[in-house]
Amino acid sequence: MSLSRRGFLKLSMAMAGVGAATGLAGCQDSNSMADAKRVVVIGGGFGGATAAKYVKLFDPSVDVTMIDGQSSHTTCPFSNLVIGGLKDIDEITHDFSALEKRGINVVKGWVTGIDAEARTVTLKDGSRYEYDRLVVSPGIDFNYDAIEGYSEEVANTKMPHAWQAGEQTLLLRKQLEDMEDGGTFIMAAPPNPFRCPPGPYERAGLIANYFKENKPNSKILILDPKTNFSKEPLFREGWTANYGNMIEWIGGDFGGGVESVDPDTMTVVAGGTEYQGDVINVIPPQKAGWIAHEAGLVDDSGWCPINTGTYESTMHAGVHVVGDACIGSPLPKSGFAANSQAKNCAAAIVAMFHNENPPEPSWVNTCYSLVAPDYGISVAAVYAVEDGKTVSVEGAGGVSPLGGKNAEKEAGYAHDWYASITEDIWGS
Amino acid sequence: MSQNREAAISRRLPIASLAAIGLGLMLTAGTSQAASETEKMELSHAAIIGATCMGCHGFRGMGSGEIPRLAGVAKEVTAGKLLEYKSGALEGTVMNRIAKGYTDDEIQAVAEFFANQ
Repeated sequence: MSLSRRGFLKLSMAMAGVGAATGLAGCQDSNSMADAKRVVVIGGGFGGATAAKYVKLFDPSVDVTMIDGQSSHTTCPFSNLVIGGLKDIDEITHDFSALEKRGINVVKGWVTGIDAEARTVTLKDGSRYEYDRLVVSPGIDFNYDAIEGYSEEVANTKMPHAWQAGEQTLLLRKQLEDMEDGGTFIMAAPPNPFRCPPGPYERAGLIANYFKENKPNSKILILDPKTNFSKEPLFREGWTANYGNMIEWIGGDFGGGVESVDPDTMTVVAGGTEYQGDVINVIPPQKAGWIAHEAGLVDDSGWCPINTGTYESTMHAGVHVVGDACIGSPLPKSGFAANSQAKNCAAAIVAMFHNENPPEPSWVNTCYSLVAPDYGISVAAVYAVEDGKTVSVEGAGGVSPLGGKNAEKEAGYAHDWYASITEDIWGS
Repeated sequence: MSQNREAAISRRLPIASLAAIGLGLMLTAGTSQAASETEKMELSHAAIIGATCMGCHGFRGMGSGEIPRLAGVAKEVTAGKLLEYKSGALEGTVMNRIAKGYTDDEIQAVAEFFANQ
């Protein structure tokens, strides 16, 4: 807590020079708005949009600006349902109009620079935004160089990662639709840490569901550098129950780590063995989103170190990083965790503006995965601060029981969860 | 509060102001739980716990499908259920795993938070 405490004191001193907000009704001159506290949020995803909404909720007088490169957000959660043919991409795309109705200034643009000293954000079009506190929630970027033969261009054309929902989600769906019965789908799973730990394995199941119904002689091969994966016993049980032996997983102990790919011959090499695929989904190693690197918010790990509870960067005062880009462990890199982190971050920012100590933090993560449309599994945890560190509360949390007794119920809850969290963030 | 709201509106383009007026009409008509620029949530540990519950139970605990509504539910009811999930007296799917993460005091506080939503 010592670092965040120091940051807090520093801010208090900075704020001492700023007068209290006075009546500004009807004032057109933007300079006169200097007394209102300004929060700029980069990113309109699970972390960013939640931070923007909850700063405004905790203190409606704060001037909140949210900047995103798009005018809507297509969620990675449930994008596996689009790939599996169970949902349309429009159903997982959320615009920012409800946030605008809350008085949040939504800006479409690409952030090209952050000046943490001057406390300004610059956009590609040259416009500049001043802030008192900045929230950076840029999500992930990819280490394309880690796999020989792979690149952003290959991802966009022949071997999509589809790990940021959008065009590549649709490309992968189309490739699966075009594949002949009896074909092989290969997934190169990523090493830790990466966005959505159960995501690759949910994807495999929902593609298997599509094959089972439409192309039953097809095969799924997961090549994985890891020696185990999230909810593994539950996924394995669910795969066998729903798809027999359609899905084969080769882990890191058995040469599962993909070393190179060749998009011309549609082959991948893992553990010295060459595998031929009809559809190949390469999910490369990951790092914090581009702007986090550009702004010097990352450490040697490629992710952003932050202070406990406040999410203020340890690299730059006044800048907070939430979501997949931050080193938020023991919370996983999930949309649910990003939402939970952003609420704690928003509360801390508002408390700092009011010269108060932030409320005691608390987090939850609940990740549902669909093994099949009517077969859901979950992992949950509750987190608290102990001795200045975020810890998973002992005795709480865990995964669904084996045996599938709750699988149908939890499949329903997965859909209800999605409706709830997207409403919480981009809805009302 | 109203000063801030007016100030916020004054900075926007005319079209946005029109949208805000439309919103005001919607609120007057009571047809929707539409957003308000002055809607406020308390800043407390209970609110933080409550806000994280909203990840499944919906904004302000409005519920969704089979996930129960918590907003406006009597404190005794919510706290009673959470304590039963915590002890195992009531069997759920995910809630036994989650309820065990909170002290009894936190359960009482978050139940009160949702009773007031």
